[in-house]
Amino acid sequence: MGNGSSLLSAGFAGGNLLQMSSDEGVSVGVNGFLQYKFFGQEVWLTTTTICMLIVILALVVFALIANRVIRKADPEKAPGPFLNVIEYMVDAIDNLTKTNMGEKHGGKFANYIGTIFCFILLANISGLFGLRPPTADYGVTFGLAIITFVLIHYNGFKYQKSKHITNLFKPALLTPINIIGELATPLSMSLRLFGNVLSGTVMMALIYGLIGKFAIIWPSVLHGYFDVFSGAIQTYVFSMLTMVFISNTFEEE
Amino acid sequence: MTDRGLILACSAIGAGLAMIAGIGPGVGQGIAAGHGAAAVGRNPGAKGTIMSTMLLGQAVAETTGLYGFAVAIILLFANPLIGRL
Repeated sequence: MGNGSSLLSAGFAGGNLLQMSSDEGVSVGVNGFLQYKFFGQEVWLTTTTICMLIVILALVVFALIANRVIRKADPEKAPGPFLNVIEYMVDAIDNLTKTNMGEKHGGKFANYIGTIFCFILLANISGLFGLRPPTADYGVTFGLAIITFVLIHYNGFKYQKSKHITNLFKPALLTPINIIGELATPLSMSLRLFGNVLSGTVMMALIYGLIGKFAIIWPSVLHGYFDVFSGAIQTYVFSMLTMVFISNTFEEE
Repeated sequence: MTDRGLILACSAIGAGLAMIAGIGPGVGQGIAAGHGAAAVGRNPGAKGTIMSTMLLGQAVAETTGLYGFAVAIILLFANPLIGRL
C-alpha cells in the first residue's frame, strides 16, 4: 500500500475531508491550494472556494450589466434582446413563487428563491466549464439548507406563534418522530443536492481519468445529462422544496 | 494480507454493497414516471403541473439512494475505519 492509501487515510483521521483522491489520476475530491491560519485554526483555500468565487463573480458581473441595461432602458421603446431575457427570468421567478406560495406571500420570497436558483444553477452547470461544481462540496449545500431551515422556522414562529412549538407534540406519542423529522429536513435537502452533483462529478472524473484516451467527443452527451439536465432538475427541486416547506407554515390553525 | 489491506478490500466490497440501495429509488421513480405518463394521457391539459409534481416526488424518493451513495463515497475516499488501526 503506497501513496494512494496514505492519501486515502488523510480523510477522517486528519479531521478534514480535503484529500479525497486516488492514485489513478482520477481526482474527484476537493483539493487544497493554500493553507492559512484563521483564529488559530488551520484553514485551506480549496477548489470549492475558488470555483464558488468564480461563480459569484460571474453572477455579480451579470447583475451589474443587467442593472445598467435596466436603468438605460427607454420605457417607450420595445426592449432589446438582453432586456427581454432579463424580464423573462424575473417573470418566471415571480410566477414560480406566486403559484407555489400563494398570491399573498409569494412576492416576498421571490428575492430569496431567485438568488438560490441562480446560484445553484450556475454552480451545477459550472462542471461544463472545467470547474469542480461548488455544490459537490457538502459544506456549500449544508450552508444553503441551513439558510432554508432558519427561514422555515422564522416564518413558522411569525405566522403560527406558539402553535409552531405545540404542533410538535400534537399526537403525544409521535413527539420524537416529529422532532427528528424537523431536524432531518435540512439534512435530506443538502444531501440530495450534494449526492446528485457529486455522483455526476464522480462519473465524469471516472470517464476522463480511466479511459482518457478514448474520451474524445462522446462525453459531451454525458455532460449534457450529468451537468445540465441533472443540475437543472436539482436546482428546481431545491427551490421547490424550499417553497413548499416555507409555505407549509403559512396555514392558519 | 496486512490489516490495512484487509480494511481497504472490505471497504471496497462494502461500497459496492451500499450501492444496492439504488434499486429502491429506481423502482420508485419508475412507478412515479409511469403514473405521471398515465395522468398526462388522461388529462393532457395539466401537463405542466403533473410534470412538476412528478419531478418533486421523484427527487424525494431519490433520497434513500443518495444515502447509500454517501456511504459508498465515504468508504472509498474518506475511510473512517483506517484511522482506527
